[in-house]
Amino acid sequence: MNWRRALVAALFAAPVIGLFAWGMTRDPKYIPSPLPGREGPTFALEVFAPGVPPIARPAGDTISLAAFRGQIVVVNFWASWCLACRDEHADLSATALRYAGQPVQFVGVLYMDQIEPALRWITEMGGQTYPSVNDPRSRAAIDYGLYGVPETFILDAQGRVAHKQTGPISAGLLTHLVDSLLVAAGASDTAASAPTAGTVSP
Amino acid sequence: MSGARGATRRAGLPAALVAAALLSVATAFPTVARAQDPSTAAQRVRADSIRADSVLDARTTALSAELRCAVCQGISIQESPSALAQEMRAVVKDQLRAGRTPDEVKDYFVSKYGEWILLQPRAHGLNLVLLYLAPALLLLGGAALLVFVVRRWTTAAPGQTPAE
Repeated sequence: MNWRRALVAALFAAPVIGLFAWGMTRDPKYIPSPLPGREGPTFALEVFAPGVPPIARPAGDTISLAAFRGQIVVVNFWASWCLACRDEHADLSATALRYAGQPVQFVGVLYMDQIEPALRWITEMGGQTYPSVNDPRSRAAIDYGLYGVPETFILDAQGRVAHKQTGPISAGLLTHLVDSLLVAAGASDTAASAPTAGTVSP
Repeated sequence: MSGARGATRRAGLPAALVAAALLSVATAFPTVARAQDPSTAAQRVRADSIRADSVLDARTTALSAELRCAVCQGISIQESPSALAQEMRAVVKDQLRAGRTPDEVKDYFVSKYGEWILLQPRAHGLNLVLLYLAPALLLLGGAALLVFVVRRWTTAAPGQTPAE
């Protein structure tokens, strides 16, 4: 009779143990984002770090995401207090410059930070090729469902979120994603020439 | 010292004088009040707006307690002192002030962070089955099992327990 009891106990215990085992494989800090596939939230924020020519934007300009429609947009949320942001900075800067002249825009968005330390950080890191905007009330960050930095969002030519990267992004992945989106954009409308410059709206 | 002494001396003033002074103040007051009517109206408006603010604050607090803080572990944005939670509370307040219903504000956060942002999961789909129906079903199953087992024990008892 004991083997039957053991069997019944095992029958009840197995799913519970299975559930726990499955739970152990999951990262409790991982938050599945509903954004990929949806239209990326737009924002209009002021540039504080201009970047370098030819992809520079003067400080004080307003970068409006809506004006980049038709282009691939890489939105990178960062902060000077963020350690992981240091890991991806060189890759982002170099990749942004490589796409100069193509319908690809890189925008840095400062998250929970002050402009002075952010500018100091950029100098310390050897510069940033693409412009960065400030998001003083974190509205853009919340619109993007941000829960940490760095996070990088890649928007396709239709303005949809094609990819969300939590944590540092590498030049390899960035290039792969942007290239495939450029190909997709080229396939969808070969005739239309994408605008090369974003808008300035005070 | 001399002031105090003066005061005691003045205390001896005729009571009629004091009464007359009080009366004049009392009769003057309604006219003063009438003259200040616009300002009392303004005060009333201010009081109303304070009341509205406190209502808005209460609604913000209640709704914030249902939203998970994105940078914390298992606490609401109402409980969290983090900067992001503070900004999220401000978003809640702004949206409520703009006339959105609490459900619409929740929908906004769900569209950004997924249902994870709700501290209490919504009762639909897998949630409904796993979270709301499963416990009830398990409870019922357990009760049924208990009834079955106890009945077997009690009916088996007369024949079997003496043999043991």
